[in-house]
Amino acid sequence: MLRSRTFLIVVPTLLVMALLPLGVGGYILGLLTLAYYYAVFAMSWDLLFGFAGEVNFGPSFLIGVGAYTAALLNHYWLWPIPPCLVAGAFAAVVAGAVLAVPALRLTGPYFGLVTLVAVLLLQNVLVLFAGITGGEIGLDLPDVLSIDDNTNYYYALAFMTVSGAILFGLSQSPVGLILQASGQDAIEAAALGFNVAKHKLAAFCISAFFSGLAGAMLIFYLGTASVGTVVDIAVGVNVIIAAVLGGRRTIIGAAVGSIFLIGAGEILRPLGQLSTFVVSAIALVVILFFPGGFMGRLLQAGGRE
Amino acid sequence: MLALQILIDGFAISSLYALGATGFTLIFGVSGVLNLSHGAIMVVAAVIAWWVAGTFGAGPYLGALAGVAASLACAFVTYSVIVRPIQNSPSIPREEKEIFVLTGTLLWGIMLQEAVAYLFTNNPKTVRPLAQGVVMILGVRTPLNEILTAVLSWTAIGLLYLLVNRTRTGKSLLAASMNPRGLTLLGFELSNIYILVWAIYGVLAGIAGVLLGAFLGVSSDNAGTLTASAFSIVVLGGLGSVSGSLMAAYVVGYLETMTAYLVSPSIRTVPVLLLLVAVVYVRPQGLLGRR
Repeated sequence: MLRSRTFLIVVPTLLVMALLPLGVGGYILGLLTLAYYYAVFAMSWDLLFGFAGEVNFGPSFLIGVGAYTAALLNHYWLWPIPPCLVAGAFAAVVAGAVLAVPALRLTGPYFGLVTLVAVLLLQNVLVLFAGITGGEIGLDLPDVLSIDDNTNYYYALAFMTVSGAILFGLSQSPVGLILQASGQDAIEAAALGFNVAKHKLAAFCISAFFSGLAGAMLIFYLGTASVGTVVDIAVGVNVIIAAVLGGRRTIIGAAVGSIFLIGAGEILRPLGQLSTFVVSAIALVVILFFPGGFMGRLLQAGGRE
Repeated sequence: MLALQILIDGFAISSLYALGATGFTLIFGVSGVLNLSHGAIMVVAAVIAWWVAGTFGAGPYLGALAGVAASLACAFVTYSVIVRPIQNSPSIPREEKEIFVLTGTLLWGIMLQEAVAYLFTNNPKTVRPLAQGVVMILGVRTPLNEILTAVLSWTAIGLLYLLVNRTRTGKSLLAASMNPRGLTLLGFELSNIYILVWAIYGVLAGIAGVLLGAFLGVSSDNAGTLTASAFSIVVLGGLGSVSGSLMAAYVVGYLETMTAYLVSPSIRTVPVLLLLVAVVYVRPQGLLGRR
């Protein structure tokens, strides 16, 4: 029931998105391209938080590792884009596994702090070795995905759709249910015979894979890798806000939240410095009054849960 | 000579860290809230103090007072508009309250930070110090303000200690951190206690903010870093343990000062981060934490 309902909403929306390049200009397409990559960040984060119950304060650690691995390979060894993307995603999975080790031992604020520290350390390392990594200014890439707005847009849309479908499918599968159970009550889940550690580790690796791949795609879209766009705490904060705003534990909501966040930031641009203030205020109001987020509201109306 | 310099500078900065983290850990200990708008509230206190004392021309004392009052007001808003509605909300499952409080206070912190940047720009501001001049301590030139910072920080912490351990109200705070339900059964209104805690928190964060503004200068861009450093100190010391936080503040303060003097100021925070990761792995409850 839920599935058919969700499909009824998602499929037409995707169709409209696919037809957008016929109607709107390159500027808006560029904005949406960015929003789609953010959507993948937020969806991967939601898999960890909404399902595995792990509050990862440093999504930009996974994103940054993927992005910079790809950037360094492309800049210094002139690897073509596809192997760079694969290497970036692989490096992010390794980073995700490293992050999963404390997650299996620590809970709540302690794990949150470790993820926060991971981002700060990565940022410090990148800035300290500015000679190699380009530091705050960034690392320019010899290759870009495409210079055509429409092509870039379709790459991003296709990437988001495929990742979204995989993550959503996973979350609705038995594996997703086990994850949810281990997130809410690890002891009981273990008592029922599920291997909590194995499932959580898998969730970390999958989340890291998509974060890292999206990070690598994003820098090849932008043509440059810099701390401010893929590693900074602010990037992670935006990802978290987008996921909570769109509705946690829905995967699709995370994508909606990201598109909303980037769109609202743009619409409010005439307000200048105040735009961040207003976006945060809107997000705060949503969290206070509609804790389920955009999608939570929509899905609850369908009568599930 | 250098050792003495590190000893003195490190002491002043550590005292300030200790004061900043005390309020943060107090709120967590009593009501289980991690307030991610902490840094922004400190920034508000410092900038208001700077504005009232300098631009407004009321002098450093009135300025400091205004800064603390602003911080107190922010703390009340944080509690009554964000934290309490989330805690009382029937539509948020109990196990998710924590992440909602975190996200809510984070957003509120961003709002405060942006408001300060909009009204007063994000240029670094140095609050006019309460005391000017320098003294020589065993041949090390020490600004009087640095000594005053340490003294005031410790006075505030000392008063808090007396309040918590020697007065009836303070003991009810302690009781609330141990067993809130038991306290309610004894006829205490829990929400009054929470308001009191937030008031104490507001004053402590305000004093810390104003002193920080006078000692190092503050810009609205520092809000995130300030929250992160308070968070690290508190986790290092053990969540909810005030004496642990005080100890951790000195570890962090001295480690940073030593790195800055002996290695390079640019990697100032790196050893602290590494230490933090190590402590969290080996002893997740922190130095003096209880589980």
